[in-house]
This record gives sequence, structure tokens and C-alpha cells, in this order.
Amino acid sequence: MKALFYPGCSMQKNARPYLDSLLAIREVIDLELQEIEDWNCCGATEYMSVHRVAAHSLVGRNLALARQQARDTDLLTAGCSACYLNLAKTDTQMREDAGLKNTVNQALAAGGLEYKPGSIKVRHLLDLVCHDIGYDAVKARVVKPLHGLKVAAYYGCQVVRPDYDGRWDSHEHPTSMDKLLAALGAEPVDWALKTQCCGGHMTVIGPDVAFGLIRRLIHGAREAGADLVVTLCPMCQLNLDAYQVEMNKHFHTDYQVPVLYFTQLMGLAFGKKAKELGIGKEFVDAAPALAKIQAEAPKVAETKRKRRPKPGDALPMPGME
Amino acid sequence: MNAATAIPSTSSRPGFLGEVMDRTPGDNRLDLCIQCGSCGGSCPAGREMEHTPRRLFALIRADEREQVLRSNAPWYCVSCYYCTVRCPQEVHITDLMYTLKAMAIEAGLYHDASLPDFSETFVDYVEKYGRSFELGIATRFNLRHHPLSLAGMAPLGLGMLKRGRMDLTPHRIDGMAQLTAILEKAKALEGGLQ
Repeated sequence: MKALFYPGCSMQKNARPYLDSLLAIREVIDLELQEIEDWNCCGATEYMSVHRVAAHSLVGRNLALARQQARDTDLLTAGCSACYLNLAKTDTQMREDAGLKNTVNQALAAGGLEYKPGSIKVRHLLDLVCHDIGYDAVKARVVKPLHGLKVAAYYGCQVVRPDYDGRWDSHEHPTSMDKLLAALGAEPVDWALKTQCCGGHMTVIGPDVAFGLIRRLIHGAREAGADLVVTLCPMCQLNLDAYQVEMNKHFHTDYQVPVLYFTQLMGLAFGKKAKELGIGKEFVDAAPALAKIQAEAPKVAETKRKRRPKPGDALPMPGME
Repeated sequence: MNAATAIPSTSSRPGFLGEVMDRTPGDNRLDLCIQCGSCGGSCPAGREMEHTPRRLFALIRADEREQVLRSNAPWYCVSCYYCTVRCPQEVHITDLMYTLKAMAIEAGLYHDASLPDFSETFVDYVEKYGRSFELGIATRFNLRHHPLSLAGMAPLGLGMLKRGRMDLTPHRIDGMAQLTAILEKAKALEGGLQ
């Protein structure tokens, strides 16, 4: 199937393994992606707090470009929860609110663009994989089933809620990713926190709040017997993986629960090499968990060299010019 | 979300309630809040908020503009939408939190400047480059508000660099002139929607 593709800022860098693994599996599942040319940031959850009309216009430019560039498809997919929700929200609210539609289109006209709400169908990547490509088609491509691997399917917030188009079986206890992981041969664990918050932007503006939320999730996954957490969102991955290390320092704990993207597990089940799928770039090493399915996982970069930090190691300070 | 229930929401209410409703897109149904507290009970950050959404909404009805806009509550909202899907009256609670944040910035009413500044720092980078730039946002925000935490954050930053998960320089989109024209026009129109 064909779909327009909005990668979003995170997938370019911090969630590069998500993008790499998606690119590695797309042919296996017959998914043809057409990236929107010269897309801009979706505004995350921050732009909306400062300028609401501008936030919708920011997203409106992406929707207008998608419509303009579309070849043989009106589906637009994003892998990031916030990107997906912002695209869906602007489209939905322009459909429901004639005043907003006119205002956003007046703003877009200043850049020579126009967007007719509803002319693009916004779908999260997991939605396309589970509901359009389907579990049977995925299962048919599995050459290396993930037998013995216990996984906690973690959906986070913004894909299953508010769910404007009713794409999911539940806002609180969805099962689509669990079924996908089962189709890959893994064993999804039953746990209650699959749509609880990862901390969102609180890791930056209020880390103590975020650490509490991260501990709850990581602890919950471990208690449920999961070898790893499987996610569909760059922010969830960053908060649960990189900030798991910070959370451990904060609470003097030693949780070691790796967090991978569902596309990485699909790649492993399709027989792709771990390195090609970006496995090894996580902070909490996934190698011990993946040893259960004998997937070779490259050693995490950190263990490579141990030397005293030099003055030049400090983080460079970027300016606004 | 479910289809809106049969009772329509009344638009253009007087006072602060009307102002908040008019500035939030769609049928946001704030006037239909029954003060049940499902929102606060569902909120992952509710414990840290000075007012739960339920209390904020009661204050909005009581025209307590300043107390509402000074509250840390909207800034602690993590946009998880639990309150929104659980609200029996289908009030668009998360969207209302965005409205309150924008109004607080406009009115200059927040007791902790670091809360809106994260959003504003993010916006500055997007308006300059058309893309987000994590390193710049995190360093500028922390330098300004938590300079002592920078040393503690260094291992995380270096870890991101080592794993090739962080850019050192921002990426600028080609259509920056077009985006700027759109955003400037949108801001000029911002007031016109009310």
C-alpha cells in the first residue's frame, strides 16, 4: 500500500532507530512511503500553548504540502504520537470549526497554500500496520519468530486518545500492538499501564514529576514479567530509555528495562540484522533481553571507551544567531 | 472520540467563561461541566497541580480570572487526554488547558516564568528554522532557569551524541520564507477568531 509520510523532527535524530527500522521493513510489508518534501515541525505540545492559530497554520502547511504533492494516495502517516495527533487535530478542528478553517486558510494563503480539511486522511503508523496491512500479512512474512520474548506493549497517550476518528478498540486498554507482537511470535504480557503517561515535557520542566511517572511504568512492566517495553513514539522511547538512567539516579534504583520500537521487533522477526534496525543505540542495553531470541545486538556505544572527560567534551552551546 | 451527546453547548457566555470558551476551537462544552472530578482523578500530574481541572473550571465560572491564569495547573498538563476521554460531559479539557496557557502568557500572569519559557523557547527555534532543535532548546532553557542542573545533564547529552541521537546544529527548511509569511499572518489573525 501507498502512503504519504511525515517523519517529524524526532525521527531525524533522537529516534533515528525508529526511522531506520521502518525503512528496513517497509518493502517486506509492501508499504510504499512518499515523504512530504520540505515539511516543517508539527509544534509538538508547545506551540499550541503560545499561539493557537499559528500552531494550526504551522501544521496546516504540512497538510497543504501533503495534498499538493500526493501521488495516488490520500493517506498520510506519521510514526511520532505528537506529530500524528497534531496533524489529526488540525484536520479535525478545521472540519468542525468553520471560523478556524477560514482563518488558517487566510494564513496559508500568505504562503500561496490552501488546505481543504478532510482531503488528507491522517493515520498513525501502527494503525496502518495493524489495520490496513493486517496481522495475517505481517505473520506471513515472519522468518524468525520472537518465541520466548516477553514484551510489554506500551501505547502512551496521544495515539489512542483523543482518537478523533475512532481507530482504536479502547482508549485505555487497547490491544492492537499486543496482537501485532503476538503475530511476530512474542508473548505480550498483561499489564495495566499501557496507556499511562511517560512524563511528556515534564522531564524538562518538572523532572521530579516525570521521574515518578517513568518509575511507575518501568516498575509495572518489570512486575508483569516483561523482558522489554515496546513503544510507538519517540518521546515515550526517550523518556523511558534515556531518562530511565536519570530516574535510577534520582530514586537510587537499578531498573534495567530496555525500550525498543515496534518496527525494530518487526525487523528482527523478518530476519533483519539488529544493526540495520538501529538496535544498540538505546541507553538501556537490549542485548540481554534479545539473547533470548538469539538476535545479535551490537554492544551499546558507552562501553567502548572509558577515559576521563577532557575540557573539549563539554556540550557545545548553540546560539540563536 | 464519541459523537457529541444530544445536549448542545451554549456559546458566547458572558464573562471569563465565555472568553475561555470562545478562544477554544470547536464545541468545547466547558459550560456543561458538572464538577464530578473525573478529570483531576485521572490526571497523572494532578497531585502537583495547584488546582485540578475541576477546580479551575469552577474558578472560571466564578470569574476568578487572575487566580486561574496564575495557576501552575495548565503548565503541568502533560497532554495525555485521559481527562478528555473520561469526561462524562465530553468537555475538551486538554484543549482548554492550551487556551489557558496562551491567555496566561498574554496577560503575563504566571508565578514561575520557567513554565511558559520552555514553550516559548521551543517556538523560537521552530520559527527560526522550521524544525525543532533539541540540543538548542534544552541548553538554552536550562542555562536560563536551571544552570546548576547542566552539569548533571551532561552525561545524558553526551550519551545522545555518542549514539548518534542528537544533532549539533539545527536543520533549516527550504521554505522558511513561506513558513514565516504564514506564521506572521496567522499571528495577525489570532485575535480575529474570537
